[in-house]
Amino acid sequence: MTRRRPLAVAAALAAAALLTSCSSDMPADSAAGAASESAAKEGADKPSKFFQQAEYERQLTLAKATPEGPADKPWEQMLEPEMIDTAQYKKKGSGGTHLCFSNAGVFNPWRQVGLKDMKAEVKLHKEITGFTVLDAQGKDDKQISDIQELAGNKSCDALIVSPNTTATLTPAVKEACGKLPVIVFDRGVETDCAVTFINPIGGYGYGAVAADFLVDKVKPKGKILALRISPGVDVLETRWSAAKLAFDKSRLDVVDVKFTDGDPAKTKSIVADAISRHGSVDGVWMDSGATSVAAVEAFEDAGVDVPPITGEDQQDFLQAWKDKKLTAIAPTYPTFQWRTPVIAALRVLDGKQVPKEWKLPQPTVTQDNLDQYLQEGMPPLHYAMCGCQDLPGYPKDWGGKK
Amino acid sequence: MTTANPTVGPYKRVARSLGTGAPVYVLLAVLLVALAATDPGFYEPDRFLAFVKRAAPLVILAAGQYLVIVCGEFDLSVGAIVTAGVVVAAELYGSYPDASWAVVTGGLLLAGALTGLVSGLITTKLRVPSFITTLGMMLILEGAVFFWTGGSPHGSLPEEFRRLGRGTAGGWLPWAVLACLVAGAAAVFLMRSDFGRTLIATGDSERTAALAGVRVHRVRVIAFVLSGVAAALAAVLVGGFSGVSAQAGRGYEFEAITAVVLGGVALGGGRGSVVAAMAGAFSLQALFTLLNLQGVSGALESTVQGVIVIAAVGLGAADFSRLRRRRTHLSGGTPS
Repeated sequence: MTRRRPLAVAAALAAAALLTSCSSDMPADSAAGAASESAAKEGADKPSKFFQQAEYERQLTLAKATPEGPADKPWEQMLEPEMIDTAQYKKKGSGGTHLCFSNAGVFNPWRQVGLKDMKAEVKLHKEITGFTVLDAQGKDDKQISDIQELAGNKSCDALIVSPNTTATLTPAVKEACGKLPVIVFDRGVETDCAVTFINPIGGYGYGAVAADFLVDKVKPKGKILALRISPGVDVLETRWSAAKLAFDKSRLDVVDVKFTDGDPAKTKSIVADAISRHGSVDGVWMDSGATSVAAVEAFEDAGVDVPPITGEDQQDFLQAWKDKKLTAIAPTYPTFQWRTPVIAALRVLDGKQVPKEWKLPQPTVTQDNLDQYLQEGMPPLHYAMCGCQDLPGYPKDWGGKK
Repeated sequence: MTTANPTVGPYKRVARSLGTGAPVYVLLAVLLVALAATDPGFYEPDRFLAFVKRAAPLVILAAGQYLVIVCGEFDLSVGAIVTAGVVVAAELYGSYPDASWAVVTGGLLLAGALTGLVSGLITTKLRVPSFITTLGMMLILEGAVFFWTGGSPHGSLPEEFRRLGRGTAGGWLPWAVLACLVAGAAAVFLMRSDFGRTLIATGDSERTAALAGVRVHRVRVIAFVLSGVAAALAAVLVGGFSGVSAQAGRGYEFEAITAVVLGGVALGGGRGSVVAAMAGAFSLQALFTLLNLQGVSGALESTVQGVIVIAAVGLGAADFSRLRRRRTHLSGGTPS
């Protein structure tokens, strides 16, 4: 018995390590990412190391630009495209096209909606006779071998990659570029060898939209609570750094910056504590919308009015927004971007021009267009900006009811 | 907290039961004082009850986990049971929006018991270490939920179902606090019954217990079943508190084990009180709240949590390893 105990303790520790490591819904590098000791106390004059002035300005400009392409198909639109020739990739001979896709994983509802979009888009094109998806399950090492396998596979005509992390996946993508046309989307890699890189405007645009809304709606000196998922993930850091800049310039008082781990129960606790500690909270800024309903409920449970709040295009938040008549806004990182790589791949294999960097619009859900995006009968974790309403299998394949 | 049982308990017994979990009571007291210092409003009735409400699912999970750990096993599947419970309830309501609260809750508790039964039978009859059995069970449940829902549960949880986790009785007492009190009292009652003694005896020495006529397999299976029921009850509370989430139970198994360990319960079994385990859960929740109020954020939160867990357990183990060795040494001479 006594001898068994160290074993048991070791087992428990191993379990703990295992559980914490596999329960994260962020890429593997996020947990180890740089944690700001207390983001709330960071000086206003100290910019985040994730902040890049030029990119910030570019995204704010892009947000105002008019996209080229069909207005009813935002996934085919482009913002300020620089077109390149792809004649060298034109598919020779007849026969169907085989597309291959290395996915970082389907570890959150956003990615699940996206993958359904992509699969349905594939079904729209008769010329695609094969579509191979390898799921890296959020692991860099698995994705590296996935990419090598697909790039070496003679039947793949083009390779689509949604990288799990930026730096680690770069060499694998570079190697694949030498073998077949590669299309990168969603998250980037540190090489421009891909034929095209597809993504929406970006994190600065997202964070600024939400912060500007609060600056507009909350009275001066109002207390703002900022809720973030976790530190050290670039797409989330850019959202916060843009918001911080907007708040610093405003007369609003950011009283707390907290990490929720995307956990609704933890979010409720954080908001409840903030309300009682500061007397009131006059606005809530969020770097993503998964926990916004929990935040709304925390105000309700505390018996106070819900202040202006930001969220995302997740169904449950849009529903709560409408039902509870919230003052809200929802910037998006649209899931319709998952349709674009398939379209781009077919264009490339056809020898048609594509933009070197295919920037998609990034629409915002506002009070005015809320009804347009809120679709009855969709599941609570559905993303409204899926651009999937015209796709085969909708709404059933997305979990909705007719 | 939940154990006041005036009919039983001469001072000696109280002192002895305090003894095993002494560090956790000290820790809890320190944390509660620190909370009062940080936030003077913390002990207003509303806020304190809200704190207990938040802690309720973890306390119930810790009580269930205690039963399994004290008889020498582990249950790593409780977090997955919580997630599965929340998702299954949402799916049920998605298909049958008018389903009654009692039926859905009863169904969840039954399913929790069944999950525990399977884990228990595999552990005892097939002699698979419970660490592996419940790890497997965790993966099976997580995968099944994922496969079934595509990660995006249908439907939503109606007000009626969420009342237990979110609402209040009589306008001031959260139902979750009542549920926590009832579950705590039941656990204490259980541990003071014959079953509780055989459970501890099994964890202390399986062979001795078996020779003394304890049906160790059955005792262990029952512990797993009760842990499954506790996890299902926690699922009802968590779902009620925070609504539909595909990751509702994420990390709960780790927190429950941490709470039990904080309570001075020996991993490997045979020692520790259920009250201390539940006090461990309260301590963890108090720690989370304190860190939140102090503005400690992000990764540092886990670090502080880790340091406190190690310190508290180290403090507890310092005395007991000596005591235990002496006892083992003494029993070593007796013929078997």
